[in-house]
Amino acid sequence: MNVERRTSNAERRRARRWVERSVRGSIFLLALVPLVRIAVQGFTGGLGGNPIEEMLHRTGWWALAFLILTLSVTPARRLTRIGWLVKLRRMLGLYAFFYATVHFAVYVGVDQFFAWDYILEDIGERPYITVGFTALLILAPLAATSTKRMIKRLGGRRWNRLHRLVYIAAALGVLHFLWLVKADIREPVIFGAILATLLGYRLAAGPYKRLARLKWFGNSRLSIREAEEQGR
Amino acid sequence: MLIRRPPDIRESEVTDEGLYISRRQFIRRAAAAGAGLGLAATASPLAACGSDAGASSLAVQDDELTPYDVVTGYNNFYEFGTGKDDPAQNAHTLKTRPWAVTVEGECNKPGVYDIEDLLKRYPGEERIYRLRCVEAWSMVIPWLGFPLSDFINDLEPTSRARFVEFRTLYDPEQMPGQRRAVLDWPYVEGLRMDEAMHPLTLLSVGLYGEMLPNQNGAPIRLVVPWKYGFKSIKSIVSLRFTREMPRTSWAQQAPNEYGFYANVNPEVEHPRWSQARERRLGEFRRRETLMFNGYAEQVAHLYEGMDLRTNY
Repeated sequence: MNVERRTSNAERRRARRWVERSVRGSIFLLALVPLVRIAVQGFTGGLGGNPIEEMLHRTGWWALAFLILTLSVTPARRLTRIGWLVKLRRMLGLYAFFYATVHFAVYVGVDQFFAWDYILEDIGERPYITVGFTALLILAPLAATSTKRMIKRLGGRRWNRLHRLVYIAAALGVLHFLWLVKADIREPVIFGAILATLLGYRLAAGPYKRLARLKWFGNSRLSIREAEEQGR
Repeated sequence: MLIRRPPDIRESEVTDEGLYISRRQFIRRAAAAGAGLGLAATASPLAACGSDAGASSLAVQDDELTPYDVVTGYNNFYEFGTGKDDPAQNAHTLKTRPWAVTVEGECNKPGVYDIEDLLKRYPGEERIYRLRCVEAWSMVIPWLGFPLSDFINDLEPTSRARFVEFRTLYDPEQMPGQRRAVLDWPYVEGLRMDEAMHPLTLLSVGLYGEMLPNQNGAPIRLVVPWKYGFKSIKSIVSLRFTREMPRTSWAQQAPNEYGFYANVNPEVEHPRWSQARERRLGEFRRRETLMFNGYAEQVAHLYEGMDLRTNY
């Protein structure tokens, strides 16, 4: 009886792990689709009359979209009570940083063709570029400390505090978009509204007490995997 | 109300349509070939155009034409949506016939002028102009049209007329972009009288040797090549001579960014786009933006003594 139960538990765990892995794998591949499309259309003339601008707009759009998706993980997890969703968060966050980096690289290397004088002037004097660049600067250390090792090294509380900067980066990203458009502010406003909803949810729902009690990443004796299992 | 009925153009002036079309195809192919090879597509298309309508000496001679597909596929025409490819997709709902331009204000010949009459009265000529958008991209476009001054002279503005105000059609049925209050419709633009009378200022009715495609401002639009593109108002239905400076759309929308004059000026900074350089569509590297978009020799005298930093 006991033995049987243990095996069925193990099977269930295995099945769950399989689902997790497939979901993560699929999202990993899906997240590359926008980039592949941009590249393919870029080579086949499918990006319209001003392909460089189109590349900038699309990579920027996806950076912001992934940032919003990253910030949706925690609310989604709390609402669905599917704990392992947290495992998607790092990947989505890294994709946000990835698209933001490609966005910046296209701006520097293609749009401006390394004209540093103009680039520095843009960053310093054009508010929408100033805030966009600031958002990228904020995301960089978050990406750098996204590994399990860095989480352990920083300790959960400090890591959490550092990674709260993602809210500022996302807000600056929305502002970057809003200040870019000339008159039609529909899209940046939609991004802003989603971001505000996600932040509002966090304020309204309060801290995730159950996880806090488990000392989520705080207990250095508790491995991430164990913490994730318990947090489920 | 006065509707002019000028005599029809003589049979000898009309090009046989078959010949005309083949010539257009030749021009387009030549231009495309030039663009594709990265060669200056000057001689052949210009020569071909020249035989047709008498190419103006004011035309740009040394710049490569922007391919037809880009000129007609990448447009700012918010009346049909704010995306660059929206106008090409949506502008088919615009009905360009019948069409009339209403003339009002400080002139002796106000009235309603039918587009067909304008086309008959004013012989078209080909003008190859640079077009510089405030968003820091540019094109070179072979327009077909006639000098605005020819029309204005016939309207006999009075001495009180200091400005000309233009309006675009307002009809959300035909112009779906007007269903959203992106701008304060209808679109309004204006010129000082001396700007309007300048020989470079064109009323365009076509490009690349054919009628204006809807997305480019059919059936009649303004082209002021030394000013940012938004001054060159499209699908004009009204022209008014005024004493006061017209309240132009973009200057209303964001007065700190767009002024009434909107002369291309690499030295006057814009909060969003450096105006020092521009991307000529089809080119990879940005190029330096020229004062008055390269037309300083012709127009700089209009602004002598004016502070172009405050009168941006």
